Amino acid sequence: MEITQLSHYQQAILLLAALIVLTSFLMLGQSRLLRLVFIFAVQGILLAVTTALAADVLDSPHLYISALLTLSLKGIFIPIMLQRLVISMGLHRDMETLKNPARVMMGGTGLVVFSYYVCLPIVKLSPLITLNTIAISMAVVLLGMLLMITRRQAVAHVVGFMSIENGLFFAAVVSTYGMPMVVELGIAFDVLVAAVLFGVFFFHIRSSIDSLDVDQLNRLNEVEK
Amino acid sequence: MSLFFAYLSVVAALASGFLALATDKRSELDRLVRLLSQPWPKLQVRAEGIFSAAHYAEFHRNSLFILLGISGVSAVLAGGTALLSGVVTTDTLPFGLPWLNWHIRFDALSGFFYLLIGLSLIAVSLFGPGYVREFEHGKHSLAVLGLFTGFFVAGMELVLLADDAFFFVIAWELMSLSSYFLVAFQHEHASNRRAAFLYLLMAVVGAIAIILAYGVLASFSGGLTFDHFRSLKLTPVWSSVAFTLALIGFGMKAGLVPFHAWLPEAHPAAPSHVSALMSGVMLKIAVYGFIRFTFDLLDEVFWQWGLLALLLGTASAVLGILYAMQQQNLKRLLAYSSVENIGIIFIALGLALIFFSGGQPRLGTLGIVAALMHCLNHSLFKSLLFLGAGAILHNTHEQSMENMGGLIHRMPRLSGIFLIGCISISGLPPFNGFVSEWLIFQTALQTGNVDSGVIRSLIPTASAVLALTSALAAGCFVNVYGVAFLGLPRSRHVASCHEVSHRGMLAGPAMLAVLCVLFGIFPAPVIESLNVVTGQLVGNTLPQVSAMGWLWVSPVAQEVASYSPFLVLVGILLTVWLCYQLFYRQSGRLEARRADPWDCGFGGLNARMQYSCTGFAMPFRRIFQPVFDVEETIEEQKSGPDGFHTQRLRYQLRVSDRSWAFVYQPVARSVLNLSKWASRIQTGNIRTYIAYSFFTLIILLWGIS
Amino acid sequence: MAWLLALLQTLLFIASAPLLAGWLKKVKCRLQNRRSPSIIQPYRDLRKLWRKEPIVAHSASWIFKATPYIVLSTTVLTASIVPLIAVNLPTAKIADVVVLIGFFALGRFFLALAGMDIGTAFGGMGSSREMTVSSLAEPAMLMAVFTLAMSASTTNLSEAMKYVLNTGLVLRPSFVFAMLGLMLVAVAETGRIPVDNPTTHLELTMIHEAMILEYSGRHLGLIEWASQIKLMIYGVLIVNIFFPWGIAQSFSLESLGIGAMSLLLKLIGLTVLLGLSEVVLAKMRVFRVQEYLSFAYLLTLLGMLSHIILEVQH
Repeated sequence: MEITQLSHYQQAILLLAALIVLTSFLMLGQSRLLRLVFIFAVQGILLAVTTALAADVLDSPHLYISALLTLSLKGIFIPIMLQRLVISMGLHRDMETLKNPARVMMGGTGLVVFSYYVCLPIVKLSPLITLNTIAISMAVVLLGMLLMITRRQAVAHVVGFMSIENGLFFAAVVSTYGMPMVVELGIAFDVLVAAVLFGVFFFHIRSSIDSLDVDQLNRLNEVEK
Repeated sequence: MSLFFAYLSVVAALASGFLALATDKRSELDRLVRLLSQPWPKLQVRAEGIFSAAHYAEFHRNSLFILLGISGVSAVLAGGTALLSGVVTTDTLPFGLPWLNWHIRFDALSGFFYLLIGLSLIAVSLFGPGYVREFEHGKHSLAVLGLFTGFFVAGMELVLLADDAFFFVIAWELMSLSSYFLVAFQHEHASNRRAAFLYLLMAVVGAIAIILAYGVLASFSGGLTFDHFRSLKLTPVWSSVAFTLALIGFGMKAGLVPFHAWLPEAHPAAPSHVSALMSGVMLKIAVYGFIRFTFDLLDEVFWQWGLLALLLGTASAVLGILYAMQQQNLKRLLAYSSVENIGIIFIALGLALIFFSGGQPRLGTLGIVAALMHCLNHSLFKSLLFLGAGAILHNTHEQSMENMGGLIHRMPRLSGIFLIGCISISGLPPFNGFVSEWLIFQTALQTGNVDSGVIRSLIPTASAVLALTSALAAGCFVNVYGVAFLGLPRSRHVASCHEVSHRGMLAGPAMLAVLCVLFGIFPAPVIESLNVVTGQLVGNTLPQVSAMGWLWVSPVAQEVASYSPFLVLVGILLTVWLCYQLFYRQSGRLEARRADPWDCGFGGLNARMQYSCTGFAMPFRRIFQPVFDVEETIEEQKSGPDGFHTQRLRYQLRVSDRSWAFVYQPVARSVLNLSKWASRIQTGNIRTYIAYSFFTLIILLWGIS
Repeated sequence: MAWLLALLQTLLFIASAPLLAGWLKKVKCRLQNRRSPSIIQPYRDLRKLWRKEPIVAHSASWIFKATPYIVLSTTVLTASIVPLIAVNLPTAKIADVVVLIGFFALGRFFLALAGMDIGTAFGGMGSSREMTVSSLAEPAMLMAVFTLAMSASTTNLSEAMKYVLNTGLVLRPSFVFAMLGLMLVAVAETGRIPVDNPTTHLELTMIHEAMILEYSGRHLGLIEWASQIKLMIYGVLIVNIFFPWGIAQSFSLESLGIGAMSLLLKLIGLTVLLGLSEVVLAKMRVFRVQEYLSFAYLLTLLGMLSHIILEVQH
């Protein structure tokens, strides 16, 4: 089945999936923390819309609740919290430019191709074309990790971590009609707690090592050099 | 018929080589001719005229190049008849090993490359007499130059004729060795000697890889002729080994990255007409070897090979042009640009391999056709540009573009010819470089037909790199033309130079320029004739190419893509004419007034304020910085309080090839280490050496028993 | 008939290009709360320039004088292969979209040479920058074209538009990316803000204008006209490839009228968008342009990948 044979709702899911990858790439190349958080919020909102659409297409109403949860948590609450953190710690004027943006971006596209390659056997199981988005969710996960690898700023790490979670959630939605409600609520709660805990940790890290640069944590190494 | 011309061409080339030996033998020849022509007094008078000291040099020089020209013309005839008739002729020559005579086979593929040699050779033989004149009074004898030029050409032609591995390798070595002597011709400069040695070294290593590749085939087939190889069925592993060896061997000669290091050193070192042959033709012979080996001799191809070729080709294309852009020496720049073009050819070949292995023989054929077209086109415009660079060198004694400028006012004809070469090599419509690049894009666009999604995503990326390459090539040749020919002269030599006086030195490049335009505007007949080549080689043709008439090219199908360069040209000329009529004639023939250029009101513009070619390339250097090894030093001499006033500024820039640091130096170091380790057996102690002999003897005796 | 129509359409194309420029200026002025010149001001400017005596530097060669004509004619030729209000034109067969990129490159090649012809620093600077920008823009443009061609399996513009028309409204992620990428490329290639500022007066910040700094009179008029046509070509490409609805499929008067009207509306929409972006953005530093263009390339690359990953059945 080609894309031309799908309904517009299904096409919209594919489109949104592609946009979610785009937001992952934008996060990868973003040097300002506030903008990074903003893009993360956009990704959350896109994810929520996708979930709502999926609820409609797959005819599983409990996904509406997930969509609402996603929107409120990842689209609004966590970004606002992160934004406040960044401002209160005075990090919003910091620039962290990548040393070699072209190489990172190339690595990113390589990851997309790789996740496509890895997911191919799963995709071939079913004629459902929306299953193709599995590769996209995988790519979002991998890109989130890449974000954490390339950044030194702890806040960026949190955003990367959350975006990994976004990818996992997206995979669950498109492939298995979403996780059972209990699990989903649990994860949502976990994420919320994690976000709050991270906030607390930031202050602790900063008060003990005067910076949120995770490379500074290297000093905790006990091996004599 | 075609074989006769092919032989004639080889013989003429060899004859030219041997005739060159007579350079300093005027008096002997004179005596000989007198003796021979005694019975005919009239003839004797003429012979005296020729063999007089005043005329001998010119006569000898001209006859050398006339023989080369005959060789070129008969090569064109041979290639033409082979392509038109589509007949495969075979022969055996009574040379070589007792049990293996030299096998000759002349098919359409060889014919096509013969054509390519012939066209460049004719241009070179027109250009040569004027160019080598300055060598006559130099330190080096023309005899060496002429001898090895003849051998070099004959070697290339024999490679195309060879139909067994043994003969192929002999011809290959003849080509390599004679070109080594040509590179080393002006050996008084240490840099030239180094370049020649590097060239020899890499040629030898490449030849070893080729011999091993043939060795793999020979060990399984039990024979050395290509017919044995063709009927051979290899296991995938062994055939991959053979392919890899062939890719390394032929790639080394062709100048694929990372085996390209010799190319930018050797090409500027050789005399210009030889560099035209080396860059325009010899690299294509390596491509020929690769095509012959892969598509003809190996029975099956795999997509992994295609991917490898595609990756190497892409890397060569983009790195070649990026390095080309950073050169100031015109010939060195052209050499790097050859690396780029070879990369483009290998991109097309890689695509062909991928399509063939994916069961899409028609698209694979398109890839081969695109590669062959680019071979032809590149040989034309690259020979043109090298000859043009030679003409500039001849007249201004300048190789560095930083000292040129404003040549368009001093050499109007040459600059027109050179402009055509620059447009063609930049891949701009409606000239020939564009046609082949367009064909490659069309091949790449058919990726929708490949099964594997990963390859399907890699091919467009590779072709985007190809687009980047051709855009960079345009930038590079704007730089060349703009700095060398336009603007104001940057040195005294250049300011006082004139158009080349020897007519042939213009006629040679002019002929190539005409061909560039002609093949650009009427590509369909050329592509049609390539159908014979692909029909013989892979048993497939492109039936659709001129489905819309011979003015059109539609490689896949009419509705997929079509291009009519002739109509494009007509359109451009028509609109230019209309604009001219409308705006020039209608405005009352208002002539342009000459005035000083804008100088911000300060006045005193001079030639040193122009953008130099280093300056032009600076944005590229900065954007693609990871590719280069850039060393920049600025020395400032300051005076006044707190060093406020800068008195002098000295800026030094060195851009070098990363492949040295990444590939060559590690290899060189490990070879050195290995040889140091091996040299331990050389103790210097006589008793140890006796012991070596003793143990060798014992082992041998043991082996015999 | 078809050839005649193609000719008329080309004439319409090049005649209305200054109008588009005038309208764009008007939109921008409105957005900036300024009073705008009349919408036909570009025509007046061109007429004035065409009548003026051209001044050529002493060191200029024939390339300098020939370039305006070559640039204009390649641009006109490009305009002739882009379907404006009707598809199925015979001219689209002469050259496909890859050749279109080649035409632009040819014009640019000569412009850059003309910039270096005089031998002043500004011309060389402009040429160098222009070639840099365009060499980065070209891969992105080709990638966008590839994405389109992989869906429509043709590079013939007329055929591609017909394909999009016939499949109806499909929300293709690849097209969204390709369109965004193509828009960014178009901005760079036509020398608009944020890549270049066509109205700047500072030589050191110029790209395109530095290259043509020495032109005047008739020559300048031709080049200005060519760049207006070029802007219009990009605009028409974007709206007609991605939103071809309304374009005439037959040559009846009625459908041609509808085609013209719909094109007008689409172009108005696009120029408002362009005007808005020019008002809110500032010109970038020269070496930020590479980031901008690599973003365009990333977009088109993602478009191609999403076509492969999302849009076809395996």
